[in-house]
Amino acid sequence: MSRLHVSGLSKHFGALTVTNDVTLDVTSGELHAIIGPNGAGKTTLVAQLSGELRPDSGSILLDGRDITDLSMPRRVRLGLARSFQITQVLPGFTVLENVALAVQARQGSSFRFFAPVGQEAPLNDAAHDALRDAGLEDRAVLQAAALSHGEHRRLELAIALATQPKVLLLDEPLAGVGGAEAEDFIARLKSLKGRFTMVLIEHDMEAVFALADRVSVLVYGQIIATGTPEQIRSDPKVRSAYLGEEEGA
Amino acid sequence: MIAQRARLATRVKVALILFALFAVFPPLAFALNDPFLILIGTRILAYAIAAMALDLILGFGAMVSFGHAAYLGFGAYAVAILSSYGISDLVVQMVVAMLGAAIFALVTGAISLRTQGVYFIMITLAFGQMAFFFFTSLSAYGGDDGVGLPQRSTLFGRDILGGDTALYYTTLVLLMVLFALCHMIVRSRFGRVLTGIRENRLRMEAIGFAPFRYQLTAFVISGCLTSVAGVLLANQAQFVSPAFMSWHRSGELIVMVVLGGIGTLSGAIGGAVAALLLEELLGMLTEHWRLWFGVFLVLMVLFSPRGITGAIRQIIGRKT
Amino acid sequence: MMNLFVLQLLNGLQLGVLLFLIAAGLTLVFGIMDVVNLAHGVLYMVGAYFIATFAALTGSFWLGLLLTLPAAVAVGLILEIVVIRRLYNRSHLDQVLATFGLVMIANETVKIVWGTSPLSVPLPELLSGAVPLMGPLQYPVYRLAIIATGLAVAGGLYVLINHTRIGMLLRAGATNRAMVSALGIDIGKLFAVVFTLGAVLACGAGAIVAPILSVDSGMGESVLILTFVVVVIGGIGSIRGAFLGAILVAVVDTMGGVFGPILLRSVLEPAAAGQIGRMLAPMLIYILMAALLCVKPQGLFGGRG
Repeated sequence: MSRLHVSGLSKHFGALTVTNDVTLDVTSGELHAIIGPNGAGKTTLVAQLSGELRPDSGSILLDGRDITDLSMPRRVRLGLARSFQITQVLPGFTVLENVALAVQARQGSSFRFFAPVGQEAPLNDAAHDALRDAGLEDRAVLQAAALSHGEHRRLELAIALATQPKVLLLDEPLAGVGGAEAEDFIARLKSLKGRFTMVLIEHDMEAVFALADRVSVLVYGQIIATGTPEQIRSDPKVRSAYLGEEEGA
Repeated sequence: MIAQRARLATRVKVALILFALFAVFPPLAFALNDPFLILIGTRILAYAIAAMALDLILGFGAMVSFGHAAYLGFGAYAVAILSSYGISDLVVQMVVAMLGAAIFALVTGAISLRTQGVYFIMITLAFGQMAFFFFTSLSAYGGDDGVGLPQRSTLFGRDILGGDTALYYTTLVLLMVLFALCHMIVRSRFGRVLTGIRENRLRMEAIGFAPFRYQLTAFVISGCLTSVAGVLLANQAQFVSPAFMSWHRSGELIVMVVLGGIGTLSGAIGGAVAALLLEELLGMLTEHWRLWFGVFLVLMVLFSPRGITGAIRQIIGRKT
Repeated sequence: MMNLFVLQLLNGLQLGVLLFLIAAGLTLVFGIMDVVNLAHGVLYMVGAYFIATFAALTGSFWLGLLLTLPAAVAVGLILEIVVIRRLYNRSHLDQVLATFGLVMIANETVKIVWGTSPLSVPLPELLSGAVPLMGPLQYPVYRLAIIATGLAVAGGLYVLINHTRIGMLLRAGATNRAMVSALGIDIGKLFAVVFTLGAVLACGAGAIVAPILSVDSGMGESVLILTFVVVVIGGIGSIRGAFLGAILVAVVDTMGGVFGPILLRSVLEPAAAGQIGRMLAPMLIYILMAALLCVKPQGLFGGRG
């Protein structure tokens, strides 16, 4: 069953075509990775999927519903959550508050003016669950600004998880993370497979081939191939356009 | 969260200390044989309400409204206009003032909040000026010159507020009630969303909050509360004029909030006290006190290492 | 009726070019440096006081004007170096507070130096008198000269912005500041030049309008807010927008006061029309601004939020 269906998506900046007739089908429960060399248009694609940027043409369907013209907040409420390549947290809030706010967005009205939100157990409990999934439960009371880079990346993930998404859009979650921390992160994403449908935009090939059910390759704004990791690895078009370049570099 | 709780507790403690000081002020003024001080005190408390209301959007919502004096005007003119029709009840006047302020805030806020940053500041300033001109054109109420009020507002049909001390304590009680209200709002679900938008707008959108409606709601609440201060100021001065809503007044409200520390509520109260006392003191020393007040402002901004806002954020431990 | 119309149109145009002179500098400062400058109206006032002083000293309007311009450059540079320069990387709130402080300082200093009673500047003889327009209608030469000067400066700015290297930098800077620094330009110098240019334009506007106004310490205030409306309508950073916005605001403001009540009289009874007309007239430009922002939140030619 198709969870997220993208068809004929195009975006131009002046004479430059950054997204060129992209068609993509993400089925329920799969982890679909999108890879591509620098400048392939991954960032603009994510921006259009998440609602930051409007495409010039084409459509995006979430569970069959057309979300092409919806704002980012509307998409999130319909179940399309994202994490950011450049960490976006609420620096003055505690880690727990960052996540609890994401839970709050899905649970009940936020036009409540009197009861102290810090004492709402359902919000905090759900936030703790998401923190546990991201491996941050022991950091809950810290101020978000005090976290390390790797911890920030995990907080990004926890916040996205807390919105209880149908589709999780992960924009280079491993950016700047290396070594054991990266391995730990990959293991966490693996444990989330099946619970969430995930679209993973990632630079780290090792991570992509370890995690993805299917991979789409984006080059110059175009999807040149989609398939299982094995198919992609052996696809001659991909090798020449992308992997070849990497090996040669 | 522990740090946050401590900060919250400090905020309440500071406010309680201030309230206690305010409460013993009138007997002190009588002891000093200078009851006129009570009237000055009432003015300070009324401005404290306005500054606190402004802090709700400036400090917690990062909305630099430069037209907030307009809401003082809505309050003041509600008193003047209603009492000219024989409606002198304080509660009625406040409700009407808040309604007027709410409608104005809703319309102008909805337009201003389509923009951010420099635009927002200039547009709120322009709308403030529009209200200023509107009340200036009311020739029945003195136009430019304003109009005196024959008597203070009544409460439950009685002239309770006629005495300066009674008006002072009424103002103090309202300040305390509104502080409690603002304190609750800030800690509520709504307050957390508002503060979140200040911290990182994009992040809030990415978890499903559309900032506009929350900011607009806060803007309207703030306008309503500021109009309460206007009602009290009209009673304090027994006089109403467009001068209540000049853009200088809006600037002074911002100065009060910043002086005491933005985003702390009790800071706005302290800031109102500090700014108005500074005005009074400088005013005693020289007729050109505005010059020195201006110098003070410029130096304060230039010599705090990361700006006033930065310095205060450092103190309360927030980083952006 | 027709005569009144032409007269008011000319008055509107005259106010419009003045507003443009002030708004041009302001919109560049906002657009390029992202600085909120509440003290811009102060420069207009200072220009008027300068020419009042210099004209009285030298006994000649023209010599006075000649001395006002270098004084304006000095004021602009000093202000930029001492205060504004330090605000570029600060929050808007800091900028608001510091420039609000400057307004207080300037207004009070003017009162100390020149006293509180308004000054007047005599019309230069060369431009006194009036010219016949149509039939019995006459219009003061001096006001026509203001319009001509304003249009000439607008033309000069147009050439500067569109056909010179510095203009290219200004255009680039108003839409994309990072790009200008990427070009290896000394941003500090560019900012100082822009701010001083804006200061000279505002001072100049104050100077040339001084003979037909009374010069007092509040004159910068009303103009400042009108200028804000102009910049918001025109779009921050756009000289073209500032020009159109200035003319639009000035014409609506002058014509609205006169023709509003007349138009209203056709739908309301005279007393009510007069009352409502007087009430609405000063609010017209703000209503115009609000209406425009509903359609175009970035103003007529605005690029950024």
